[in-house]
Amino acid sequence: MLDTQETGGTSRRRVLFSLGGAAAVATGLTVVPGLGPRLAHATEAEVTDVITEMLGEMPAEGAISIDLPEIAENGNTVPLSVEIDAPMTADSYVQDIMVLADGNPSPRVAQFHFTPMNGKASASTRMRLVQTQNVVVVARMSDGQAMMASKQVKVTIGGCGG
Amino acid sequence: MFTRRDLMRTAAATAILLGSPAGLRRAAAAQALTQDDLLRFDPLGQVTLLHVTDVHAQLMPIYFREPSINLGVGAVEGKPPHVTGTDFLTMFDIPRDSPECHALTNVDFVDLARTYGKVGGLDRLATLVNAIRAERPDNTLFLDGGDTWQGSYTSLQTNGADMVRAFNALKTDAMTAHWEFTYGQDRVQEIIDGELNFPFLCGNVIDAMWEEAVFESTQMFERGGVQVAVIGQAFPYTPIANPRYLMPDWSFGIRPELVQEHVDNARANGAEVVVLLSHNGFDVDRKLASLVDGIDVILTGHTHDALPREVKVGKTLLIASGSHGKFLSRLDLEVKGGAVTDYRYRLIPVFSDVITPDPDMAQVIADIRAPYEAECTRVLGQTDDLLYRRGNFNGSFDDLICQALLEERDAEIALSPGFRWGATLLPGQDITVDDVHSMTSITYPNAYRMAMDGATLKTVLEDVADNIFNEDPFYQQGGDMVRVGGMGYAIDIRKPMGDRISDMTLLSTGEPIDPARNYVVAGWASVNEGTEGPPIYDVVSRYIEKHGTVSVPENTTIKIKA
Repeated sequence: MLDTQETGGTSRRRVLFSLGGAAAVATGLTVVPGLGPRLAHATEAEVTDVITEMLGEMPAEGAISIDLPEIAENGNTVPLSVEIDAPMTADSYVQDIMVLADGNPSPRVAQFHFTPMNGKASASTRMRLVQTQNVVVVARMSDGQAMMASKQVKVTIGGCGG
Repeated sequence: MFTRRDLMRTAAATAILLGSPAGLRRAAAAQALTQDDLLRFDPLGQVTLLHVTDVHAQLMPIYFREPSINLGVGAVEGKPPHVTGTDFLTMFDIPRDSPECHALTNVDFVDLARTYGKVGGLDRLATLVNAIRAERPDNTLFLDGGDTWQGSYTSLQTNGADMVRAFNALKTDAMTAHWEFTYGQDRVQEIIDGELNFPFLCGNVIDAMWEEAVFESTQMFERGGVQVAVIGQAFPYTPIANPRYLMPDWSFGIRPELVQEHVDNARANGAEVVVLLSHNGFDVDRKLASLVDGIDVILTGHTHDALPREVKVGKTLLIASGSHGKFLSRLDLEVKGGAVTDYRYRLIPVFSDVITPDPDMAQVIADIRAPYEAECTRVLGQTDDLLYRRGNFNGSFDDLICQALLEERDAEIALSPGFRWGATLLPGQDITVDDVHSMTSITYPNAYRMAMDGATLKTVLEDVADNIFNEDPFYQQGGDMVRVGGMGYAIDIRKPMGDRISDMTLLSTGEPIDPARNYVVAGWASVNEGTEGPPIYDVVSRYIEKHGTVSVPENTTIKIKA
């Protein structure tokens, strides 16, 4: 679980504020709005298209840590944290992390850009998930190598547990 | 007046007259059962953990039938707790008709219930806990796994204050929670601040906005010279399975990394034994135990499973202590060099008729119930049939609730949530206000009546089915299938979400459910704010009073492919 609490005396509140500050200095952040005018939902094929368009081919599964709930408490604002345990040096670093959702009207959720100055390739955001679907995370390194990982998030109608 | 013992002797005599060897064996066994038998335990080591969970506000003795069907999917298929009936007896080497058979299974339920009597009652539980404490004064920890404050008329009337008082009187050492949250976050905070005498531990609950801890996660205790850390884990899907508007600022979740962090902190602070007091549900805890290092014991809860033996995952012991005050778990631990080196476990059935009630607790219960006693014990009618709830797909009390919804709300189809709490009534028993509340007592009771098209009904069934039969337990919510009246269906539990449900049929006409047609649907326990309709307990009470004697035919409307 992310740096949620009590760790090293840094509260989540401060982490969020400092993230905002860091973003201005070192991180360019683009959030693509999740809901477009189209009614149809994206498909796995559409997600594949977006990835191959960016990378030329589908990358292999890799060690990307995705922190997402298995079942969303509120599909309108689902917290997501992504982290890649990789050195962030001038020679080799994580350059982009792209987040896609295969059941939203538009598959693109967010893209994060990094430089070695970030020190760590991690990002947090919240997104809207309109239904149960897979969230796919793709990471591209500075040398062009890429990897991906995914996790299913259920968006349920609720009730009946217990 | 007959005492229980007299009744048992009569039963034995009758059995002899009837020449029934089974009846004779049974009656003799019942007669032989004593409080000392229930307490018999060869103590071990320095620490005694006592655990109850999912009491669901049952202050008084009840009947409680374990399920006849509790299916597991994927890796846990056929493994405890997904074993029932005679298979359970075989797996755990329990003689048919024995006290353990009656406590742990549905086998010969009605006959054995008449032989062995009721179970639970907090005054009986207090007797057992106090006796063990007296034997092990410096070694004992008494822990409550939650779902304690909800499930009765008096708990609803007092917003949980009755159960807080009872568990204070039991000198509980710590608890975690689930249904507690349905009193609303302000009431929960008020109880913690002003009424509860012991820690309320929920390490997996964080502020929804700032993601900071809301409650204490861990309490350290010294028992028998050993440092024992108890970490609380609330039900991870509380704001999904129950209305989120009741706890809008709190976020839950399984959060294995956070559990690991709490365990590591506890070890760093000197814990020699780490206990997770959990409301995850058994299958979730079995998976969690394989992901988190350093937990010695998980005291499981939520799914109401009662297992006579521990389940081991790596070095972690999983304990399943049942529900409704029917069982008390005792786990003795020997600790050497900062590690658990030996243990001894017993799941103690709380047979009400052979335990002398603790007088102090009996007084507490009498005081709690006094203002409500007349209403609680008011007889609404009688039942011809066994009324129970547990089972993956239906329970006869739920069938009764669906009958009431169809008739009282003039609906074509009724939906009743797959809750697992609620006591059992034997054929011929009176149905009282207490009994109806034991099945329906919630803080969002409105019985709605609405139009729902066939496609939506299918989505509802598929959604709930995946909450039970998803192969990954982390995607399960731990209830049972939504109960349906007026409609039949078939289910293939091994199919993926969206493909499990078929052959949906409107029973009144025998016609297939039309995805495009609107149906009048009545139900209760909607998680949506602003749901309108009369409280379900009033709907059910009115129906029983109107009919006087109720009967529930065997439910054959669900076809199961498993």
